[in-house]
Amino acid sequence: MNNKNEWPLWEVFIRSKAGLDHKHAGSLHAADEKMAIENARDVYTRRQEGVSIWVVESKHIHASDPDESGSLYDPANDKIYRHPTFYNLPEEVKYM
Amino acid sequence: MTVHSFQEHFDNLIDREITIEPKDWMPDDYRKTLIRQISQHAHSEIIGMLPEGNWITRAPSLRRKSVLLAKVQDEAGHGLYLYSAAETLGVTRDDLYDQLHSGKAKYSSIFNYPTLTWADMGAIGWLVDGAAIMNQVPLCRTSYGPYARAMVRVCKEESFHQRQGFEIMLTLSKGTEVQRKMAQDAFNRWWWPSLMMFGPPDAESPHTEQSVRWRIKRMTNDELRQKFIDVTVEQAKILGLTVPDKNLKWNEERGSYDSGAINWEEFWNVVKGNGPCNKQRLETRKKAWDEGKWVRDAAMANAEKRKQRKEKAAQAA
Ligand SMILES: [Fe+2]
Ligand SMILES: [Fe+2]
Repeated sequence: MNNKNEWPLWEVFIRSKAGLDHKHAGSLHAADEKMAIENARDVYTRRQEGVSIWVVESKHIHASDPDESGSLYDPANDKIYRHPTFYNLPEEVKYM
Repeated sequence: MTVHSFQEHFDNLIDREITIEPKDWMPDDYRKTLIRQISQHAHSEIIGMLPEGNWITRAPSLRRKSVLLAKVQDEAGHGLYLYSAAETLGVTRDDLYDQLHSGKAKYSSIFNYPTLTWADMGAIGWLVDGAAIMNQVPLCRTSYGPYARAMVRVCKEESFHQRQGFEIMLTLSKGTEVQRKMAQDAFNRWWWPSLMMFGPPDAESPHTEQSVRWRIKRMTNDELRQKFIDVTVEQAKILGLTVPDKNLKWNEERGSYDSGAINWEEFWNVVKGNGPCNKQRLETRKKAWDEGKWVRDAAMANAEKRKQRKEKAAQAA
């Protein structure tokens, strides 16, 4: 691998309109955060896809390990009583 | 898990049409094939800017100029989405550029043909982007997540590319005799290379079967080519232009057009580097990269300096 001179990689998150969460849009290379935001505007919002942009240097992202998904999500597997559909209500109860 | 069970788990996800993500285990061949396919696609978007970029200053009106500029800018974006998708598989951007600049990596041969007249901007949008869309739409459902998401974005943007090209052809074909001839001439030159964009015939395409199984490819070269011929011939009728194929004939039984033989010798010759513009395209690309080096270095040095200044200020505070 050679990437000594490469601009660092950034992950781009875009809020598509007021009231919505920022959502991962993709990544890009830029020398610093200011350039990353400007490049994100040009690469990911050419058709007004966003009203707000977050950029995070990719090396700062920590992710869960898919090979450990089994044990990681295990505590939630047998707790179906956390869902409203678990409860039986008499038909007369209309809105609950 | 053993390698065997990893493989089993992977095959199972593929069979159930579940998306593979960057940190999931995947077979080496799957990774390699994806890197090759995605980066080739990215290179094609980047080199693909050159034949059209060359007409931006000569577009016949401000409207056409704005449109062409926006289209070429989109192609740059497509290249960037795809390079990022490839990078999630563990290659660096510099590696990918090296492969392009050294001639080790290929890009779509269509961009090794010259753009001689304004009508070529019409023919490229209509035929080349049209063929690209045919190729790309099935890839929105490809098995590798970052690739599929990039393709969704690309496909959304491509449809204006084809429409603006068709509009140029329509205007020319309804224009003066000279303009109509110009449109027909561009059609004649771009038709066959566009059909070659779908790649060699299935019988000579050894990767197809494995790639279809992996959902890296969702339809074969010949299937896509036939689909393209069938819709494009109808569009040519609306333009009042003649498809440059004497053997083109509707086949009632198949419900498709039969068409003449493709000159695969020409195709392989262009792939090998002997097309009319191979040398020029690669040289232009390398020149742009080399001449931009001082800008990349300066931006990096500036970012470094700002970072140090910030750290010093934080220490002093
Ligand atoms: Fe494109
Ligand atoms: Fe395009």
